[in-house]
Amino acid sequence: MNKVIQVEGLTKMFGDFTAVDAITFDVKKGEIFGFLGANGAGKTTAMKMLIGISNPTSGKATVAGFDVYTHAEDIKKNIGYMSQKFALYDDLTVKENITFFGGIYGLSRKRIKEKSEALIKELGLEKVASQLVGSLPLGWKQKLSFSVALIHDPKIVFLDEPTGGVDPITRRQFWEMIYKAANQGTTVFVTTHYMDEAEYCDRVSIMVNGKIEALDTPKKLKEQFQAESMNDVFLKLARSPSPALPKGKGVNVGENYNNGTKSSPLGS
Amino acid sequence: MAQNPPLWGVRGAFMKRFIGFIKKEFYHIFRDRRSLFILFGMPIAQILLFGFAITNEINNVDIAILDHSKDNTTEEIINKIAASKYFSIKQMITREADIASVFQKGQVKAVLNFEKDFGRNLIKDHKATIQIITDATDPNTANTITNYLNAILQQYQKELNKDITIAYQIIPQTRMVYNPELKSVYMFVPGVMTIILMLVSAMMTSISITREKELGTMEILLVSPLKPFQVIIGKVIPYIFLSIINAVVIVMLSIFIFNMPVQGSLILLGLESVLFIITSLALGILISTISATQQTAMMISLMGLMLPVILLSGFIFPISSMPMPLQIISNIIPAKWFIIILKAIMLKGVGMQFIWKETLILLGMTVFFIALSVKKYRIRLE
Amino acid sequence: MLPIIFVLPLLQLVILSNAATFEVKNIKFGYIDNDHSSTSRALIEKFNASTYFDVLTDFPSEAKASSAMLKGEIDVVLEIPRHFARDLQKEKHSSLGVTINAIDGAAAGVENVYITQIIQSYNKNIRTDLAQISDAQIQPVIIDAIPLFWYNETLNYKTFMVPGILVLLVTMITLFLSGMNIVREKEIGTLEQINVTPIKKSQFIIGKLFPFWVIGMGLLTVGLILARLIFNVPMLGSLALMYVYTSIYILVVLGIGLFISNFTDTQQQAMFIAWFFVVIFILMSGLFTPIESMPKWAQIITEFNPIKYYVEVMRMVMLKGSGFKDILPQLIKTLVYAIVMNGLAVWSYKKTI
Ligand SMILES: Nc1ncnc2c1ncn2[C@@H]1O[C@H](COP(=O)(O)OP(=O)(O)O)[C@@H](O)[C@H]1O
Ligand SMILES: [Mg+2]
Repeated sequence: MNKVIQVEGLTKMFGDFTAVDAITFDVKKGEIFGFLGANGAGKTTAMKMLIGISNPTSGKATVAGFDVYTHAEDIKKNIGYMSQKFALYDDLTVKENITFFGGIYGLSRKRIKEKSEALIKELGLEKVASQLVGSLPLGWKQKLSFSVALIHDPKIVFLDEPTGGVDPITRRQFWEMIYKAANQGTTVFVTTHYMDEAEYCDRVSIMVNGKIEALDTPKKLKEQFQAESMNDVFLKLARSPSPALPKGKGVNVGENYNNGTKSSPLGS
Repeated sequence: MAQNPPLWGVRGAFMKRFIGFIKKEFYHIFRDRRSLFILFGMPIAQILLFGFAITNEINNVDIAILDHSKDNTTEEIINKIAASKYFSIKQMITREADIASVFQKGQVKAVLNFEKDFGRNLIKDHKATIQIITDATDPNTANTITNYLNAILQQYQKELNKDITIAYQIIPQTRMVYNPELKSVYMFVPGVMTIILMLVSAMMTSISITREKELGTMEILLVSPLKPFQVIIGKVIPYIFLSIINAVVIVMLSIFIFNMPVQGSLILLGLESVLFIITSLALGILISTISATQQTAMMISLMGLMLPVILLSGFIFPISSMPMPLQIISNIIPAKWFIIILKAIMLKGVGMQFIWKETLILLGMTVFFIALSVKKYRIRLE
Repeated sequence: MLPIIFVLPLLQLVILSNAATFEVKNIKFGYIDNDHSSTSRALIEKFNASTYFDVLTDFPSEAKASSAMLKGEIDVVLEIPRHFARDLQKEKHSSLGVTINAIDGAAAGVENVYITQIIQSYNKNIRTDLAQISDAQIQPVIIDAIPLFWYNETLNYKTFMVPGILVLLVTMITLFLSGMNIVREKEIGTLEQINVTPIKKSQFIIGKLFPFWVIGMGLLTVGLILARLIFNVPMLGSLALMYVYTSIYILVVLGIGLFISNFTDTQQQAMFIAWFFVVIFILMSGLFTPIESMPKWAQIITEFNPIKYYVEVMRMVMLKGSGFKDILPQLIKTLVYAIVMNGLAVWSYKKTI
């Protein structure tokens, strides 16, 4: 099985404070890997180490086969990133944003044109393509932002709370887009604090105070914790002190995991 | 897996990426009409205002006269002073005690106190005494006023003595070069130019970079295959153009409105201005690397640069008169070197062979700022 | 941020106050002696002995001297002609070439005065040395002008500059902070939040401004203490009066800042405008260059410059011991200014919603 992200004992400290505490896991090619945790659990910090904009304090990590310490520049060529903060330019139009980001990833002019037409059509943004992004509703912006993160067809896309603050319908559409990307072979690494979204992931790791407290498929996790939903899993984990609980530090290997075409649990 | 197009090693792709970046930056600039208006309007307003208003000459200073003698001679002197454009006689006072009160009310800056029997003493003893009393709470102005009053008195004395030839004397023939009419515009316009270019350039870059940090887009740029220095250069290039336009406008105003001569080469002046603009932009970059928010960046560029640039650059106050430690500190102010260069090219009409040292220093500073920014930038990514 | 608000200004106060002098000294001086007589050497020795002149360089030719002048190495060149001493003996007078770099016109004027003084005193010496009885002459009349510098006999510019620069710093800090304040919230989006709460506009504004007012007063207090301890700046008038005036003055600045903040969309715009006004306020305050020398229209503009009033009041109260009555005109103008600016600020704030 092709592991596109391998992490071992990755740690980040801010002074005395350990934001990410020796996490170990791996992510397979084409997988939708969910990174769950409450606010402040350390999800963003962990992700920033993987995408090469934050140096780990200790531990090992490779992304797309490249070491995060020594080959951050190579990693950047192979990944897409959508940050927690909305990060398109409000004072540029939809088209200009797409063109700009296509440009910095070195896409040819022709390819940018094709891509941007396809993208605008797919998102149904034809009417607003020449409007400033600042004037769009948040849901649209987020979808656009996601598409822009995929514009250069990266091997792995990192999404940091992509559905933060958007309405349920948009969230659903958003996950459909994620599925589509995964079906095309893109590995998706997504953080969220919406527990229901965990159900949509192939595998989920649950982070509490910088540590990964559980990691498995949603189904197995629910069995393991005798819980109805992922929400219950999380509540049980968060309430009880960790040592008593079974750990899933990268030892599980979703055997039943199927790299072929997946069907959305949303039932598209 | 869709194949990645070849990203690196292709020069064309690199340039294209750059052009895209620069285009985007221009969108930002031109979409914000107000800032654009401010950016170009303010320097013009400032240079016009200051070019006319700032001068360290004195003009129409209000003075009071305390004349204990009231004879023909004192009257003549008073008329002479009243006739000069430097002074206007605001008040005649009669008692010594009034001096303190006119000063305290701030009505006059100087009082001329003629001794009793001034005219008679001059005839009888060939010597008479007058006090020039100045309100020296502003010592700089007090000093200038005293010098000017002295000059008028000397002139009058010379007239009285004109029939007497004095033997054995050395007569200096003084030549004021580069600014024979002693216009203070020549002194201040280069300074104003420098301050405007420096602050506008440094503020613009530091704000535009920290703005991206604050909005979160900087992170996206850093995750892209663009190298940090490419991001920065892409951001700065449009501002080089804007600053050049600003510089051109300012130079034109100096030439056509203030009649500043350009004795030296206009091309050299242009090149040196571009160098200074780049130095200032590089300083702006450095500021942006150490600030996380626009607010911090602006406070640093405004609070950190404004007064040092005004006071230590030789814009208003001569550096050679400052205490030694300050003279040394003044060397790290880029504006100081640019002011020297400007004056040299515009007023002295010299070429590169006379200002290569200053040019080299500015160049060195630019490289230093950029190197430090690149280093800091890495560190910022923790 | 805190270091920028407190440390940076105070550091600048201590350092920069030493820079602001129009005194002319350490004049970079060079000479060309074509005569090489004892008389010419004695004259040069006079310049050497003067504390105003520095770095005496002997240039072999005029070309060398003029090149040094172009490079900025020297500002004054004295050229002693050939037969300088002989002419003085025979013709009873001789001439002397003086070249002054006059780019800084005011300094050049002063340099000229210094040079003339030295030459005149030298003239007196040679007259006593060379004059013979037969040369007896009519005594010239002399007007003896005695300069008296009141309130500051030693012409210590620091006592004047320290409080002035302190005012500039306090003004800049409070103006920038208040100018960025509301617009920052607009940009981040928190202002909408506040506008839906039941807080009254005036309460909101007071709540926003009060911290800056405190920062301004705090900075001024620390600055005054430093001024006293380091520069020994006197406080002849009433400290209480200074504080009363200052408290009103800061309100003016805050009102201007708030007004700017309300009228702009981004922090960038607000800062450019604040910068524009601060530079005008500083350079047209009369602190560095005299207001009286400005053209009439510029003087009228300075009437709207709060720093001008502050500089005047501070000078009067601290250095001259002026009382309440003396500063009443400034006090009233500043008060009116405060009311107008804050009124405008509140009005414009209401309009932004
Ligand atoms: N640059 C930083 N310096 C210090 N502490 C930080 C920094 N970034 C994040 N933290 C802290 O690390 C913890 C994890 O933050 P983060 O990774 O953003 O959490 P999450 O994304 O899970 O909400 C938080 O307590 C946060 O305050
Ligand atoms: Mg986060």
